[in-house]
Amino acid sequence: MNVAVCVKQIPDPAVPGSLSSDHTLDRSGKLILDESDSYGVEMALQLVDAAGGGEVTLISMAPNDEVSGLRTALAMGAAKAILVSDPALAGSDALSTAKVLAKSIERAGDIDLVLAATESSDGYTGTVPAQVGELLGWPALTFSRHVEIADGKVKVQRQTEAGYDEVEASLPAIVSVTAGVVEPRYPSFKGIMAAKNKPVDKVTAADLGLDASQVGWAGARQEIVNVEQAPARQAGEKFEDDGTGAEKIVAFLEQLKVV
Amino acid sequence: MIVEFDPTPEQEQFRAVVRDFAEGEIAPNAAAWDRDHVFPVDAVRAMGKLGLFGLPFPEEYGGGGADYLTYCIAIEEIARADASMAITLEAGVSLGAAPFFYSGTEEQKQEYLVPMIAGEVLGAFGLTEAEAGSDAGATRTRATLDESTSEWVIDGQKTFITNSGTEITKCVTITARTAPNEITNIVVDSGTTGFVVQPPYRKMGWHASDTHELVFDGCRVPEDHVLGVRGEGFKTFLRILDDGRIAIAALALGMASACLDASVAYANQRQAFGGPIGRYQSIAFKCADMAVAVENARNLVYKAAWLREQGRPIREAAAMAKLYASEIAVDATREAVQIHGGYGYIDETLVSRFYRDAKILEIGEGTSEIQRLILARGLGLPVE
Ligand SMILES: Cc1cc2nc3c(=O)[nH]c(=O)nc-3n(C[C@H](O)[C@H](O)[C@H](O)COP(=O)(O)OP(=O)(O)OC[C@H]3O[C@@H](n4cnc5c(N)ncnc54)[C@H](O)[C@@H]3O)c2cc1C
Ligand SMILES: Cc1cc2nc3c(=O)[nH]c(=O)nc-3n(C[C@H](O)[C@H](O)[C@H](O)COP(=O)(O)OP(=O)(O)OC[C@H]3O[C@@H](n4cnc5c(N)ncnc54)[C@H](O)[C@@H]3O)c2cc1C
Repeated sequence: MNVAVCVKQIPDPAVPGSLSSDHTLDRSGKLILDESDSYGVEMALQLVDAAGGGEVTLISMAPNDEVSGLRTALAMGAAKAILVSDPALAGSDALSTAKVLAKSIERAGDIDLVLAATESSDGYTGTVPAQVGELLGWPALTFSRHVEIADGKVKVQRQTEAGYDEVEASLPAIVSVTAGVVEPRYPSFKGIMAAKNKPVDKVTAADLGLDASQVGWAGARQEIVNVEQAPARQAGEKFEDDGTGAEKIVAFLEQLKVV
Repeated sequence: MIVEFDPTPEQEQFRAVVRDFAEGEIAPNAAAWDRDHVFPVDAVRAMGKLGLFGLPFPEEYGGGGADYLTYCIAIEEIARADASMAITLEAGVSLGAAPFFYSGTEEQKQEYLVPMIAGEVLGAFGLTEAEAGSDAGATRTRATLDESTSEWVIDGQKTFITNSGTEITKCVTITARTAPNEITNIVVDSGTTGFVVQPPYRKMGWHASDTHELVFDGCRVPEDHVLGVRGEGFKTFLRILDDGRIAIAALALGMASACLDASVAYANQRQAFGGPIGRYQSIAFKCADMAVAVENARNLVYKAAWLREQGRPIREAAAMAKLYASEIAVDATREAVQIHGGYGYIDETLVSRFYRDAKILEIGEGTSEIQRLILARGLGLPVE
């Protein structure tokens, strides 16, 4: 069983981010593995393990030939990676990203299942996995808090507000997982050393058969016109506690319909 | 000459992993373990899963095949969160597992080293006795061979033995006198009749580390429980201690660097007389001095690890690293408490725990005086 995992490499969330003049996130510094995607990587490793064979392939689109995040996922145990890096991809919207990922999955070949996170930590449109599914013509199952393979099908527990739905689909399919689907392992030193020599297939949009007009700024159907600070929060209403404080709090909560 | 100070990208990547682990799994619990004197066996197993107990050993025994610096970096990072967990690791590797790696037969390696490397069991090393500490050659514990049963009969006592009484302790390797002028290493499995583990000591620090007095009263172990060559016990533990000193120095370095970070953060944040206390030179300069000490210690520790990796003599380099790093760790923890004021004296505060945890570094695995003795002798002085 071969599983591909879409892993996004993002600017370190611990470092304050900044926007470039074209209103997109500055991605020129070092990028790291999006923590959201470490769950998909772990899930994939466990599924391949349970199936008793096969391998995990990483798929990533990132600027400047960035591999730091891929190395982390390779150190966890993934076998190889496809990295799409191309100046022509700058300005890609979610759909262009999905086109690139779908083509990369086709390039990987012989993939039974694709995993992605529910949403990335930096862009968080949460739209890429379903778009990839649509482009490949594969079923897309989302919000999965549990994934298993049985009888040639993928079965997931789809997180809902009240609990979960049980959903299944034929393979190949794409599944987006939530944080908590599994506990990601820490890469071992052995894994880190092994990752050094694992193959990373570096490709451009053209290598994937994508025309420059379909992706990047050229292909974007949306344009970021402006970015503004969120308005500062309004000061709340202040009450001096004259002995009726508790009642006022209850009245306020009732008004919000939380009690 | 080219001097290279950068750890490799892989070492740095692993440092980040261990820091992540330490911040996520150890730091949040360290104060509670310290308060309750808990040996956190699950967290120790988690360090095992991460491969920390096998770092400096070859892959054929399940080890990480890492160089010695990588092992030191791991200890440094764990020590930044909790000295107790770092000493559990250091003693588990340098005192528990290493003797088997150096001196064990293939059978002993399979039986003891492999599960130690996996972090499933711990080994301890029993050298110190009530009346033989720095003067370890004065060992009184005796082992006599009973030819009729091919067993060693051990009588004696060991003091302050780390990792010797945990629920996952598999064995203690002890030094015992097997003839008037002969010291031999013998492996005693936990639970052997006549081997009594006394209740844990109440200690000034290292509350989450396991330390016991051990009593041997007609304790019998099979003849083949000798580790290494009979009569070479002294030589083996000198080698073990040299290696261990570099690792202890890394532990001290981690503590000092954590104190530096905590002090700088606090000096920037704590307000007094209308501004952060870091604007006072008396506070800022303490931090500056601490930074110099941490830098020096790091250079000594990493250089000693590098020398070891090159297969060069390390006795002096290890003694210097251990001496310097442990003394600056004690200084750094003391000054960090001072910078934190009253909060620095309160139990839950990191620097308060570190202050209590640091002092032992100047005592264990060779006191500061013994390190100076080694160095003075190395200089050719007729020092006693
Ligand atoms: C300031 C700013 C403005 C933006 N404006 C627009 C806009 O106007 N229109 C628009 O459509 N998009 C816009 N984006 C979105 C940006 O292009 C997205 O980051 C990108 O398209 C991926 O979408 P996402 O991160 O929201 O993915 P999500 O759908 O949230 O990601 C879900 C999962 O898909 C996978 N995935 C996503 N991206 C990648 C990748 N590059 N490589 C590998 N796996 C991946 C990962 O598993 C990820 O967790 C903007 C982003 C920023 C920061
Ligand atoms: C928490 C803890 C954990 C420990 N873990 C272990 C362990 O796992 N295994 C183990 O075998 N031991 C262990 N020890 C023991 C430790 O290694 C000894 O305590 C240490 O070596 C000092 O020996 P001592 O206590 O007998 O002090 P002594 O040797 O009695 O020293 C007392 C003082 O005299 C000084 N002194 C002694 N000789 C000289 C000299 N020649 N010149 C100048 N000054 C001298 C010393 O420096 C010291 O200041 C541990 C101790 C503690 C507290």
